[in-house]
Amino acid sequence: MYPETAAWSWEPFDEFRRLQRDMNRLFHGAGASQEPFPALNIYGNEEKALVTAELPGVDPKQLGINVNGNRLSIEGERKLDAVSDGVVCHRCERGQGRFARTVMLPFNVDADKVSASYRNGILTITLPREESAKPRKIQITQG
Amino acid sequence: MSAKEKQVAVEKKTDSGQPAELTRDLPVFAPDVDIYEKDDAIMVLCDMPGVDDKHIDITLENDVLTLTGYQDTAEPEDITLLHRGYDHGIFQRSFTLSTEVDRAKIAARINQGVLQITLPKAEEAKPRKITVSAGA
Repeated sequence: MYPETAAWSWEPFDEFRRLQRDMNRLFHGAGASQEPFPALNIYGNEEKALVTAELPGVDPKQLGINVNGNRLSIEGERKLDAVSDGVVCHRCERGQGRFARTVMLPFNVDADKVSASYRNGILTITLPREESAKPRKIQITQG
Repeated sequence: MSAKEKQVAVEKKTDSGQPAELTRDLPVFAPDVDIYEKDDAIMVLCDMPGVDDKHIDITLENDVLTLTGYQDTAEPEDITLLHRGYDHGIFQRSFTLSTEVDRAKIAARINQGVLQITLPKAEEAKPRKITVSAGA
């Protein structure tokens, strides 16, 4: 039996991208990271899709989530707390600025029922499938 | 672009490089950290997404400050993973503090996945202004 995920979203170019990503991971450390900000984990089943993102220290009010068909866009801005003058910065590794990312989900979602929560720096978006995109069981009639 | 205006980017989660391994079977990452020095304190800001206040250990031993944050590693149930952009694990990093820190007054709080530690300097380590008197 084929894995379920492959049946939903198999795209030849996705396979290439996946290969590219795996190769990048293999040669990790050379150059900038390949995954656009923010990094996302995407889950799906027959009812809904679930998208989680690591966004530590981002004001939820600065986040914009847009859904159109099967496209999910996340944009926002990360502002670090302003540090007063005369403060020596020994190490500055945390980034700041605007970001935007759009992902294509394997099915259309019902934009009215999308919900999102932000807790401990993790953004979780729940995207129920559009009624017409839900899998249907087909009855076979005897001839 | 100055160092203070680093652009947001997905930082590849790197191994923490700790000499001693943890006993738990989870990947250990080095979290991104900002360290500021003020006249009276050292401030450490550390990105630990998915870590709440009950899952953090902060220790200071022999001037080595160690931060450990345990991420909530529970995956959502009854749902298939389609794409993994980041892993779950443990954040850990250690720093050697060069200045005398008043150990009794170290304060830490975590908000929205950002850990903030204030390490007040001990009285004797604070900068002092020396008044110069004019010679006769």
